[in-house]
Amino acid sequence: MKPLRIELKTSPHLKQAGSVEHIMRNVVYALLPICAFSIYHFGLSALLLILTTTLTCVATEHLFNRLGRRENSLSDYSAIITGILLALTLPPAFPLWMAAVSAFIGMSLGKVLFGGMGFNAFNPALVGRAFAQAAFPGAISTWTVPGHPDRFTEVLPSTLTMPFTTPPSVDAYTGATPLAQWKFEGMFTETTDLLLGLTTGSVGETSALLIFLCGMYLVVRRLINWRLPAAVLGGAFLTAGVFYLLDPAYYPSPWFVLLSGGLMLGAFFMASDMVASPVTPWGVWIYGLLIGFLTVIIRLFGGLPEGIMYAILLGNAASPLIDHLTQPRPYGKRPPPRLRDALSALRQRLKPKDRRPAAPGKEGA
Amino acid sequence: MTRLFSFLSSLTFPHGVHPPEFKEATRDQAIRRLPFAPRMIIPLQQHFGEPAIPLVRPQQEVVRGQPIAVANGDLSVAMHAPVTGTVEGIQLMPTARGPKSEAIVIRTLAADSQVVRWGTPRDVNSLSSAGIIQAVQAAGLVGLGGAAFPTHKKLEVPAGHPIDTLVVNGCECEPYLTADHRIMLEHTATLLLGIRLAMRALKAQRAVIGVEDNKLDAVAALRACLSPHDPISVQTVRTKYPQGSEKLLIKALLKREVPSGGYPYQIGVVVNNVSTLSQMGELLPNGQGIIERVVTVAGPGVKKPGNYRVPIGTPLRYLLEQVGYAGDASHIILGGPMMGNTVASLDVPVTKGVSGVIVLPELATQSKPAGKTHPCIRCGRCLEACPVNLNPCELGRLAVKREYAMMQARFHLHDCFECGCCSYVCPSNIPLVQYFRIAKSVNRERLL
Ligand code: SF4
Ligand code: SF4
Repeated sequence: MKPLRIELKTSPHLKQAGSVEHIMRNVVYALLPICAFSIYHFGLSALLLILTTTLTCVATEHLFNRLGRRENSLSDYSAIITGILLALTLPPAFPLWMAAVSAFIGMSLGKVLFGGMGFNAFNPALVGRAFAQAAFPGAISTWTVPGHPDRFTEVLPSTLTMPFTTPPSVDAYTGATPLAQWKFEGMFTETTDLLLGLTTGSVGETSALLIFLCGMYLVVRRLINWRLPAAVLGGAFLTAGVFYLLDPAYYPSPWFVLLSGGLMLGAFFMASDMVASPVTPWGVWIYGLLIGFLTVIIRLFGGLPEGIMYAILLGNAASPLIDHLTQPRPYGKRPPPRLRDALSALRQRLKPKDRRPAAPGKEGA
Repeated sequence: MTRLFSFLSSLTFPHGVHPPEFKEATRDQAIRRLPFAPRMIIPLQQHFGEPAIPLVRPQQEVVRGQPIAVANGDLSVAMHAPVTGTVEGIQLMPTARGPKSEAIVIRTLAADSQVVRWGTPRDVNSLSSAGIIQAVQAAGLVGLGGAAFPTHKKLEVPAGHPIDTLVVNGCECEPYLTADHRIMLEHTATLLLGIRLAMRALKAQRAVIGVEDNKLDAVAALRACLSPHDPISVQTVRTKYPQGSEKLLIKALLKREVPSGGYPYQIGVVVNNVSTLSQMGELLPNGQGIIERVVTVAGPGVKKPGNYRVPIGTPLRYLLEQVGYAGDASHIILGGPMMGNTVASLDVPVTKGVSGVIVLPELATQSKPAGKTHPCIRCGRCLEACPVNLNPCELGRLAVKREYAMMQARFHLHDCFECGCCSYVCPSNIPLVQYFRIAKSVNRERLL
């Protein structure tokens, strides 16, 4: 018999398949159809935008890894995801240099400075998007109509703007997003147009149906927690539903709320960024419902037509608190003492009432 | 159809994981015997508690079944000679845990037929509750499921705790293991006798046998031996790891929770494993002690996987030579692959608590070997896996920072029973349960 080389290892000796790389790679796969559709829809400008932000994010991560002498973390795909997501939330005619700056800011302030993957308190793509909103308010609210005939041969005039110059006017191409149309003109877009994405909007937010299908791919393969998108969409639907029932003539229907703007993309691909969301099962529901609720409130009553970005960032900020308040109750531990005391106090107060009539009689006898 | 029905009628606890079962190789083969090893090593402490006191001297001849050590106090059990032969000595020998400990070494008498020549048959029906408990201690019985806790201590419930239910653990939720499955099929009668004896000892009114729904043939075999009004019933439970953990089985079957840090008897329940109870049903009527047990020997590294009736004290080297093994670098696991530990030496013997010997050549894990460890991505999978509802994500974060006291104070570290579900699911490959073991032992030392 051959001598056996014995190795020591502690249990468990089995490991479930599925690693971080596996999850992240599949998120990239799920985003690719959305990118393809947006390139088909908005043409060369969208392609350049996606490439610019993705490359900037990857380069930023690499640069900071080198500076911080950290291990190369590109293999976990998360920088690629951040880059793609940022591009998908920008208007198609957004100047590339602005996109690159936003991507750099999002990646450095939103992720690397927190310590890299797993430590970011906010979704880095949304940090970049929030920066763009603040720094380039003009460019970020200039929307172009989709399906321009020359889109595959020419870029939109503003795409290649030189850094630190004002982008040329793209009036000839501009349109309004469905949300802006509703907010400022009181017009509703057809549901089929919203589903199929035949509307004006950010690069990757237009087709609610396509985003839903790509998101469901991740849900079905259990790569993201299904509760997150379900809670966000549910929260938005319920909140919008309440307002719609109050005044159907003024408030939009909950279906319009669900299918328009960036809600679908945010629910499946940004709110579901697990790092910046709570981990406890209850916390996840609260977080998602909160985001859905805030999105609708901002849309209905805020100055901006879209609210998903700030809603998610606020949700990110609240998640440590939510986690803290929703710690699971371990097996065999009684409910928290305060609750228990309150219950027994209640029971005590209810009890004497039932007995009072009988007691004095007995004493008398 | 029957599968769907059994799935719907099966009970379970929340959370847990579904590792691949790997039971096909052994579950349909009858229990077999192997030749006796030339040299047997019987550690004096194979159980939880005090080491037994040896009764034999070097060079003394012993016959198979003869007591060779007596219990030292209450939390201890007797030992019996697994073979007829000569005592070589009482020496320090390697154990599964690592440090050497005292063991009786017996050289097997090769020419002997090895029949059991010890034991006085008795009428178990006339035994009182205390009589059964005493007989169980003398028989050297311990929990054969792996914990090796002295069985008589489990049957001897402190006063003031009436027991209403005996739960019989036939889950065998660890991958690869099928020993309990075969016992339920092949030793149904002795198992039921053992259950009735244990019920008498506990004065329990009923017994529930919990069997995972991947062993429907065992369920059928047991039900065939029970009348409709029998106080013993069989209940299927969902095939899920760690269904066979005492506290979770109670939760699944009876919807009761054992208080944190407490024992099942506090809620009127005692749990025993099917292999323990079938040994009890076999040994008590004959007045004998435990000298062998059924062990599943399996894993990709084993050539003839199966369930073997192995004399206690058989060195692993001999066992593996008999079944044949492949590959050179191996993890040899005592118990199942989820909770069992690897051994450092092949001179370690099979003891009472060894339910399986699993040989994994290299890292026969499901995912690619040695995945890189990433920071926690807070995916929450560990929270959804933890059967006792802890927050392994937060515990792991604190463990990296070595805030062990905080782990106990705020996140209930000591309720973790080291099932390993969290490490099993973590996509970042964080060795969570491994961290928790370290944290617990550091906390223990701080208390001393
Ligand atoms: S499973 Fe791993 S990565 Fe996921 S939350 Fe738990 S510790 Fe973090
Ligand atoms: S090892 Fe501990 S923390 Fe991890 S799943 Fe099991 S009981 Fe929970």
